[in-house]
Amino acid sequence: MTSLMLRVTAAESLTPLVKRFRFEHPRGATLPLFSGGAHVVVEMPDGDMLRRNAYSLISDPQDGSGYEIAVRREDGGRGGSRFMHGGVRPGDQLRVSLPLNLFALDLRARKHVLIAGGIGITPFIAQVRQLLRMQLPFELHYAARSRTEAAGLHLLPDVPHVHAHISDEGNRMDLGAILSGQPLGTQVYTCGPEGLITAVAQSGARLGWPKSALHSEVFQAPPPGRPFEVMLARSGRTIAVGAHQSLLEALEAAEVEIDWSCRGGACGRCETRVVSCHGRIEHHDHWLSEDEQSAQTRIMPCVSRFRGESLIIDR
Amino acid sequence: MRATEFSPSIPSRPVYGGLRPHGALPSLMLAEGAGGEALAELAKADPPVMRHAQLFYVPSGAPAGPDLAARLRGLGPASYVEGPSWAALRPRFVRALADAHMGTRLYLAGSEGLIGQAMAEALAAGLPLEAIDAEHRGDIARRMQCVHCKGITENVTTDPFICAHCGLNLFVRDHYSRRIGAFQGVCVDAETPGIVPEPQEIKP
Ligand code: FES
Repeated sequence: MTSLMLRVTAAESLTPLVKRFRFEHPRGATLPLFSGGAHVVVEMPDGDMLRRNAYSLISDPQDGSGYEIAVRREDGGRGGSRFMHGGVRPGDQLRVSLPLNLFALDLRARKHVLIAGGIGITPFIAQVRQLLRMQLPFELHYAARSRTEAAGLHLLPDVPHVHAHISDEGNRMDLGAILSGQPLGTQVYTCGPEGLITAVAQSGARLGWPKSALHSEVFQAPPPGRPFEVMLARSGRTIAVGAHQSLLEALEAAEVEIDWSCRGGACGRCETRVVSCHGRIEHHDHWLSEDEQSAQTRIMPCVSRFRGESLIIDR
Repeated sequence: MRATEFSPSIPSRPVYGGLRPHGALPSLMLAEGAGGEALAELAKADPPVMRHAQLFYVPSGAPAGPDLAARLRGLGPASYVEGPSWAALRPRFVRALADAHMGTRLYLAGSEGLIGQAMAEALAAGLPLEAIDAEHRGDIARRMQCVHCKGITENVTTDPFICAHCGLNLFVRDHYSRRIGAFQGVCVDAETPGIVPEPQEIKP
């Protein structure tokens, strides 16, 4: 994965839980441009652990002077967001991958409907800039619990396309109303918690939307879980995966070569063949089909875990 | 008359999965000739479908028997429009597409030329491919585009045939353009001018 060493030039709290970080090239060089929805992977050396988390870029896709991300502190998470919140200050240097987009707009669409829940607003911030620049018809629906928690409100332009649905102001998002009466050629993009994505899929199905017009990105960091062990078929070694570590991170720590890109179970790059499995793979990815998951013959080490007697993978 | 079964061909040759009930969603229906029977069968399988349907019908070429047009109207579609040809109905069909919303289904039944052209309009209007059901009924004449002069020859029933525009002898390919709703015709005697195989009736 191609990456650059970048300097943190700003770290600012947007809400009590969300911080914005800006990265620039240490010698002021221009960074590669990207498209709305792209993410970068930030490397976080945390003690003797090297963590890598993916974050959507929230800065202007046409502005190569820096990359910006918004990080929500997840106290129950594995520590990546705590590291960013607690330890990262302007002047620090961090390794950041080049942008990659797994959640791009379908520019053949006649209209774009963006639906965000909570911190799921992040990929849409750059997409809104792109859509406004291209003068394409769109609407953004942003659901948040309260105005103080709605970090996106500080980052979105004040345009009539943006609709905030703040539940503690009694203004909840009505998906049926949003999905009804959209012109032919509309594409829908949802980012947020799993529940929101399921709700959009269900309302869409009820209203006759084809699946291909509904896109989603679950913003997912690898879920923590119970520690487990994995045997590597090629070397015969057994490695331990800690409770707050992903299998991918454990493989990296053991210096096993493995390709990756999204680290969120979406891109398919880390797909690994399972040689034998006595127990249950906890699939957390969005890459394998349901049938492939239940067959237990493949695993996505960036997000998935294992419970049971023994797991041997082809690495 | 039943839905046409086509012989096996290249994977890109269009096949038509038939009209299937999708519940009481708003829909556009377009049929020509014997295709009207496919709509009548759909209405029988799923009666509420008609209440939300705008139906367009070209009776020409319908088999004799009970008046299909009257039967279709009697099924109680939300609206019914009849025309002497696809060309005559097209502006109203395009208008209906422009007013349609996501969630609308399209049912097409009739010749390949009609299905192909209506589908091309629908896709251009932004209707997703998965929202379209089509069933082939009636004659198997093809709508052909000459790959040399780009002219369209309608109702081609023999292979090879003569391009109605440039006069070349064209071989009937199974290669199909979804954008223009036509099969491709390629010069059959380019390497051996004048040596043209005996024309055969095309088969389904
Ligand atoms: S790295 Fe993308 S699916 Fe694992």
